[in-house]
Amino acid sequence: MSSSAKAVRWAAAGGAIGAVSILMATTALAQAGDGGRFGFGRVATPQEIAGWDIDVRPDGHGVRKGRGSVQKGQEVYDAKCASCHGTFGESNNYMVIAGGVTKEDLKTGHAASLKKGEVRTVGTKLNYATTLWDYINRAMPWTSPQSMSVDEVYAVTAYVLFLNEIVAEDFELSDQNILKVQMPNRNGMTTDHGMRSVKGKPDVQGSLCMKDCVKGEIKVASELPEFARNAHGNLAEQKRPLGPMRGIDTTRYEQGKPGAVKVAAAAPAAASAGPNPADVIKARACNACHAVASKVVGPSFQEIGAKYASRGDAAAYLVGKMKSGGVGVWGQVPMPEQPALTDAEAQALAKWMLGGAK
Amino acid sequence: MKNQNTFSPGRILPAPENHLTAEAAEAARRSRRGFMRTAAGAAVAGVSGGALAQASGKAEPPAIAPWTRSLGQGVATTGYGMPSKFESGVQRRESPGLTRTPQSSVSFTPLQNLFGIITPSGLHFERHHSGMPEVDPAQHRLMINGMVRRPLILTMDDIMRFPSVSRIHFIECGANTGMEWGNVAVPTVQYTHGMLACSEFTGVLLSTLLDEAGFDRKNARFILGEGADGSALTRTVPIEMALDDVMVVYGQNGEMLRPENGYPLRLLVPGVQGVSSVKWLRRIEVGDKPWNAREESLHYIDLMPDGQHRQYSGVQEVKSVITAPSGGQKLLGKGYYEITGLAWSGRGKVKRVDVSTDGGRNWRTAKLQEPVLTKALTRFRIDWTWDGSPAFLQSRAVDETGHVQPTFAALRAVRGTRSIYHNNAIQTWNVQANGEVWNVQLG
Repeated sequence: MSSSAKAVRWAAAGGAIGAVSILMATTALAQAGDGGRFGFGRVATPQEIAGWDIDVRPDGHGVRKGRGSVQKGQEVYDAKCASCHGTFGESNNYMVIAGGVTKEDLKTGHAASLKKGEVRTVGTKLNYATTLWDYINRAMPWTSPQSMSVDEVYAVTAYVLFLNEIVAEDFELSDQNILKVQMPNRNGMTTDHGMRSVKGKPDVQGSLCMKDCVKGEIKVASELPEFARNAHGNLAEQKRPLGPMRGIDTTRYEQGKPGAVKVAAAAPAAASAGPNPADVIKARACNACHAVASKVVGPSFQEIGAKYASRGDAAAYLVGKMKSGGVGVWGQVPMPEQPALTDAEAQALAKWMLGGAK
Repeated sequence: MKNQNTFSPGRILPAPENHLTAEAAEAARRSRRGFMRTAAGAAVAGVSGGALAQASGKAEPPAIAPWTRSLGQGVATTGYGMPSKFESGVQRRESPGLTRTPQSSVSFTPLQNLFGIITPSGLHFERHHSGMPEVDPAQHRLMINGMVRRPLILTMDDIMRFPSVSRIHFIECGANTGMEWGNVAVPTVQYTHGMLACSEFTGVLLSTLLDEAGFDRKNARFILGEGADGSALTRTVPIEMALDDVMVVYGQNGEMLRPENGYPLRLLVPGVQGVSSVKWLRRIEVGDKPWNAREESLHYIDLMPDGQHRQYSGVQEVKSVITAPSGGQKLLGKGYYEITGLAWSGRGKVKRVDVSTDGGRNWRTAKLQEPVLTKALTRFRIDWTWDGSPAFLQSRAVDETGHVQPTFAALRAVRGTRSIYHNNAIQTWNVQANGEVWNVQLG
């Protein structure tokens, strides 16, 4: 901050309004003290606001000028989204994008599958297309948010609407028609409840009965089955071994332990200097799609290492693949490019995978 | 020593160094260094021998514990202190299989191990939607825009210059106890209720900042909070809440916020589900309509039995849970136990907590630990003598509005079992005859 701007802040904080108005003419930041009680901070410029004020509301507030077709959306989706969400939006590894929408839903504005207890999807839950656009724009692709152009966001939104059979194959979504999209669950929300406000009226009230409140026997309706008792690890280790109670040793239930999904198995430190593969995997969210020993969305690190171990330029090849992405080697789910991954990190991962990913 | 003889009896002996020859002083120093080495070695041995000594009774009287017979570590050995290594089991943990990736996941506070009402910052539950960013406070900015006369950009320096307040409030995720809607799913209070924490927060009242920006008092109906993380998470907050007790927070339990809890700046919407207390806060927008953001239209909406979703269901209603004895624990014998736990309400203060040891048939009123604060955790306690027979422990809280915590049966009768969010049912812990305590739901 320039010294004149500092002077403005100081003057404004002191309530010296006259000094402020004189200085305002002499510096771009001079509006800082404009009338605020404290005069801290500075006035945001329209350009600054445009850079950050990205929200889009169902009433059209914030809708960006642009357009994108279902067809274009498929290209973008296959390149940047399908790796996690599945080619048809079916991946239940993440929020399921498509499915469950019927022609009848489109008419009524109530997704009937919600009543039946079927899997909830973006298609059956969401009430406005603007929210879909807003979220894709602000938070997707997951590993490099806010990297798509406005038109790409329109296109991907159009494609997701198409996957849910809300729009036709030749549809083009734009700022002109996004408010008119009729979502299958547009009538599926209610604000008629007491949890909107501190003063709201609760819908379920307990009893203040103090004596003989239960007639008949006390019956257990649900308890943790034995096979699940060690599923959260040994409970003996999760309770401080002091005081009147101890944690129960649940390792005796180990036999029946169900296959808990363990996506983020930790990789050990590399023997040599350089980034630790375990840290890289976490920091760059590789574990969103890859696990050490088992297939998740993409192949496991061990599989990759085994496949290329004998190739002379294996390390360089893997570094290139990691950074620029690819498709077709392990299936039709593409791996997106990873612009945030540094060379050193990619090399550490390649070395670790080729060494067996242990 | 020769010169000692020159003093008469009863006089104070000066430090010997001052009276030794240069050679004698050097010899003394050498022998002291030797002593230091020995002492350091003994201290190391003392640490590693500690657990052993305790286990084998060698630290108990009449034996003198190794840590008594040695010199301890100096001050500032650890510049930022850590819990004792014997506390290493007290950890935040994920619930296996609950989420697919750690970047969009939750870790649970180990309530079974905590005392009082303040959650140590390092044990505050975590919920990230696109991972935890590392925000540089020198570069971080808060923008206030929308229906304001002066859209502002504030640095951390600016924000920390405003008049500040410190308040103790709980943060509970709207999905806390969400895994238990249909049936018992998890073993301990860490997983049933651990998306819950309570801290002393320091920051600026949002109303102060909105006034500074000159917000449109006549037409403003809502504000939007937006995060600086990869999800750029947004939530709508009604203006009456925003002007009441919502804070823009930088301090937690006496220090700056932890990165996982929003460093360097977060919103705090007291009494409302945690997702509204947007972490890594980068922007506040004042508006006249709700935003219908993803986290208020795709998630954090409560599915009712008729297929409708309750939207903008923010307030965390009256709730309590016994933390000791609780699921996954074993009572070491019959006799006296203090039953203790936590109660809270997003609508204000806890007025009363009742405890039952017979599955809700009969109830006694517990003692509340002062201070009882609005929208904060309240610690309750009650005496209990365990006679060795099976028992069913329950607690139910009443808040100052008169709202009474409901049973699972009452809650399900209205909301079904698929709403995910806002499960404030009475929790039951079954003490078995063998002393083991397990999570159960009664029919």
